[in-house]
Amino acid sequence: MDAPQTNELATIGKTVVVKGEISGSEDLYVDGEVEGSIDLRNNSLTVGPNGKVKASINAKSVVIQGKVEGSLTASDRLDLRKSAIVTGDVTTQRIAIEEGAFLKGKVDIQKEVGKGTASS
Amino acid sequence: MASVAYNLMKFFRSSSNQTAEAAPPQKLSRRSSGVGEIARVLNSQEGLCVLDVGATSANNIRFFTDKGHKNYSEDLLRSSLDPALRVQDGSGNLVIDSKKFLDDNLVYKNGQFDIVLCWNLPDYMEENLVKPTIDRLWSVMKPGGLLLAFFHTRDAGPDSTCYRYHVTGTDMLDMQEVRFALPGRPASEKTSPRLQRVFNNRHIENLFRDFASIKFFLARDNIREVLVVR
Repeated sequence: MDAPQTNELATIGKTVVVKGEISGSEDLYVDGEVEGSIDLRNNSLTVGPNGKVKASINAKSVVIQGKVEGSLTASDRLDLRKSAIVTGDVTTQRIAIEEGAFLKGKVDIQKEVGKGTASS
Repeated sequence: MASVAYNLMKFFRSSSNQTAEAAPPQKLSRRSSGVGEIARVLNSQEGLCVLDVGATSANNIRFFTDKGHKNYSEDLLRSSLDPALRVQDGSGNLVIDSKKFLDDNLVYKNGQFDIVLCWNLPDYMEENLVKPTIDRLWSVMKPGGLLLAFFHTRDAGPDSTCYRYHVTGTDMLDMQEVRFALPGRPASEKTSPRLQRVFNNRHIENLFRDFASIKFFLARDNIREVLVVR
């Protein structure tokens, strides 16, 4: 059963450093450093321009303006803004990449991400 | 002793257009015989493994994945500018560490890729990275795989614009000027990569000597397109 969604936004500010597993049922804005894993299956993750994430990410939609290193799964949509630097394999249904964004890795577009469908 | 910043700047043309938030570069078009051949392969087969080592292109990613191909993307030119790659040699000169470059980039299993899009990378990349990069690409390509590269002719001139390329599925390519900020510089200070060298045909043949075959296409815009078979 899916966890209930809320409209609240949790924030990791630019001076905050987190090492470990982060999971939740609300949207998350990361502008600090995170190392480990981020699991927001039914919510959104935004990595702000100062954000540095070295983690595996699993979220519904992901917007990246900062730096991400690790595997990234966005079951609905992935948005790389012009200041994004992403190193790692990404899996999503839809992807948008602004001019200037940097992506290094495999891009896997799946119609039904995270619902037991084998990747192409 | 040359500074890291000085060594990086020699790769860029000076530009007076360093104002904040400049509009995205205009898209131009050119006909490409090499891309036409690649497009025929992409349109006729499914599940190919494609490696694009040019500037990140959302257009290319969408094109390859919509066709059911696997897409890998690595902006090798930008990666080659990482200051951490620069080390001092015995004479105190700053040189690029090609071993570290290949430890950090193009890390794939052997024989993985059906198609490699090199675009104009060899023309703009530092000298001592070019051959090791091509050798690494050879090893990660499948036998029979195709690699496409563009080389400027001597008539192109040293200020030839560095473009990023967007496939359209036909023999037409969309192109945009490449401009990016040096590592450590503000995002608004964008400069363009500078043409590092002009290869002659013999140099190109030597560069791809381990490949099975090589085909040249000469275009009117002072570009030689090279399509090689692994």
